[in-house]
Amino acid sequence: MATVIRNREVVSDPWQRIEAGGSVPEHGDVIVPLAVWQKERDALLARKGRIGVLLEPADEPGAIAADLERLALVAVNFPQFTDGRGYSTARLLRERYGYKGELRAVGDVLRDQLFYLARVGFDAFALRADQDAEAALSAFGDFSEAYQTSVDRPHPLFRRRAA
Amino acid sequence: MYLYDEIDQRIVDERVRQYRDQTHRFLAGTLSEDEFRPLRLQNGLYIQRYAPMLRVAIPYGLLSSRQMRRLAHIARRYDRGYGHFSTRQNIQFNWPRLEDSPDILAELAEVQMHAIQTSGNCVRNITTDHFAGVAPDEVVDSFVWCEIVRQWSTFHPEFAYLPRKFKIAITGATHDRAATFVHDIGLHAVRDGDGAIGFRVIVGGGLGRTPMIGHVVREFLPWQHVLTYLDAILRVYNRYGRRDNKYKARIKILVKERTPEAFTREVEEEWLHLKDGPATLTHEEVDRIESRFTRPAYEQLPATDTGFDAARAADKAFAAWVKRNVHPHKVGGYAAVSISLKKTGVPPGDATADEMDAVAGLADRYSFGELRVSHEQNLILSDVRWSDLAGLWRDLRELGLATPNVGLLTNIIACPGGDFCSLANAKSIPVAQAIQERFDDLDYLHDIGELDLNISGCMNSCGHHHVGHIGILGVDKNGEEWYQITIGGHQGTTRDGEHAAIGKVIGPSFARAEVPDVIGRLIDCYLEHRDSDAERFVDTVGRIGLEPFKERVYGAGDAVARRGHAAPRGCAGEPVTV
Repeated sequence: MATVIRNREVVSDPWQRIEAGGSVPEHGDVIVPLAVWQKERDALLARKGRIGVLLEPADEPGAIAADLERLALVAVNFPQFTDGRGYSTARLLRERYGYKGELRAVGDVLRDQLFYLARVGFDAFALRADQDAEAALSAFGDFSEAYQTSVDRPHPLFRRRAA
Repeated sequence: MYLYDEIDQRIVDERVRQYRDQTHRFLAGTLSEDEFRPLRLQNGLYIQRYAPMLRVAIPYGLLSSRQMRRLAHIARRYDRGYGHFSTRQNIQFNWPRLEDSPDILAELAEVQMHAIQTSGNCVRNITTDHFAGVAPDEVVDSFVWCEIVRQWSTFHPEFAYLPRKFKIAITGATHDRAATFVHDIGLHAVRDGDGAIGFRVIVGGGLGRTPMIGHVVREFLPWQHVLTYLDAILRVYNRYGRRDNKYKARIKILVKERTPEAFTREVEEEWLHLKDGPATLTHEEVDRIESRFTRPAYEQLPATDTGFDAARAADKAFAAWVKRNVHPHKVGGYAAVSISLKKTGVPPGDATADEMDAVAGLADRYSFGELRVSHEQNLILSDVRWSDLAGLWRDLRELGLATPNVGLLTNIIACPGGDFCSLANAKSIPVAQAIQERFDDLDYLHDIGELDLNISGCMNSCGHHHVGHIGILGVDKNGEEWYQITIGGHQGTTRDGEHAAIGKVIGPSFARAEVPDVIGRLIDCYLEHRDSDAERFVDTVGRIGLEPFKERVYGAGDAVARRGHAAPRGCAGEPVTV
């Protein structure tokens, strides 16, 4: 079974990615593209197994806002690690839409972006296949402090300093 | 000077450790060039034409004498004994080794310096008025606000991979000396009718290939909301800015494509969600930042100084320097002084390690140990007693740093150009030198008066040629270097109240050797047409238009014009966009 970093541990991953046009198995946990979710929502909810939705960089997180309680996972794709749209997507899901479930970064996910990704609310990371997940764990400790408000520490440093 | 606290220091130290590890992995082959590139760029390291270039941040242009000495040390130990002060108030070293870059950053961290976000598609060094804190027309001390925004932007997790670079300028005075209308975001401090402080927010200005003047998206943003409003602007840009074409990826293109009105609505809508959130600033925080700045212990001085008056009357050279390089100060008995890095024969903005050390010594002796870098690529001593000016001038003259040309034609702003930069189409430094040599008569220069001459070696416009009263742009035509000339650009408000303008191209480009003569003709034309000594070159262009200048340069039967027209075609009167 594939592995994934979840809550800063390398764990095995039960989720299966379904591509657009691919068939959804009867059982098991599946991640489907937003378009598939929108088209087959009721059928997907009726089957056995948990459902996750994959958002591409241009997808509006508001499109799944009403369904977030039914989703066990939201994945955000990074086609290239230099495409930073997914960072805003993550904050919107966590801060505006109150999503509490697993938020997973997928695609071109590399060690050197993990610190920022964690700060905007990702708690799971499916690293690119060539990455060493165990070695990457140290990236979460690259910095011990940060100035801004973020999902992992909603109060900016200046408010925590003053407290 | 802003003094780091323990946490500020820790963050910079941790950055050095992180970057050292990244560099190790790159050199060991476990981090690819494509993956390392954005990481090293966000640490200021470019791979240049001949060697790496390291751009060190000088936040808002302010540095201590101790920091200046450390820059001198780095220039000696890791470079070839000099550095280049840039138009973004930073310093660039052109010859360091990649392998040494982590050690350089470690040496910088020891004196509370870094190279964080001096390049890459992220929020860059915040720039400001080089007379912040001392200008008589000050509304707020913009350094305090620059530091607040610096902390907000440093490792902002949401905005590290923007569509393109992002530059913010803040001005705290009535006169905009920070060019807020030609930045991605400009913040201009103002007071409302009740005296409360806020900012006019300007978005979507910029130079580069598609120069644009920014739009005011908010006339008055109360100071408490600065950070949440910045978050809102950046979020709209991060999500919707174009990523398919790097030449259309700056926020100015988004603002234009959506229209300024629609863009503003989107920002305001986004802001409603963020407004009054935890990033809302507090009095305590502004006070805390302010209190971490050291302040000069000014003395009570008489408003006039007889020794100064006598020296000025006795020495014409001193008087000329005072006229150009000494600036008013809000505290009686003090002045701000520009140290020109625009001596003929020296690339604009360059300083040797020995000069850096010497200037640090002058800062200690005359100006409370502080220095500033101006976007004009000069150095500033911001707090000099009037009674010390003559002594300072003598010391500067011995160092060859008393060139009295600030604000004048030879105070040329130029990028490093084709001598160093791999992006450049053409050289800029030899052009600057040729112009300086042609205009070496000081009386003539002073007669011409205030004139910004800017040179960029390519349309990335690091020399800000678009906003030069005279702008020179290096262009490549079939492998040859040519120079296109614009006039009428400016930054900062002109006498007719215009905030900023992009210069207009006068016609076909010129070969390098022709450029000084062309400048000479433009100046002759101006001198004939100006209504008085008080009308500057740029004001005359605004009043009479381009035609008389074009005619003077390209007029019939004219040798320069013939050669100009003989240049390869395809560029007449148009901005070059290739």
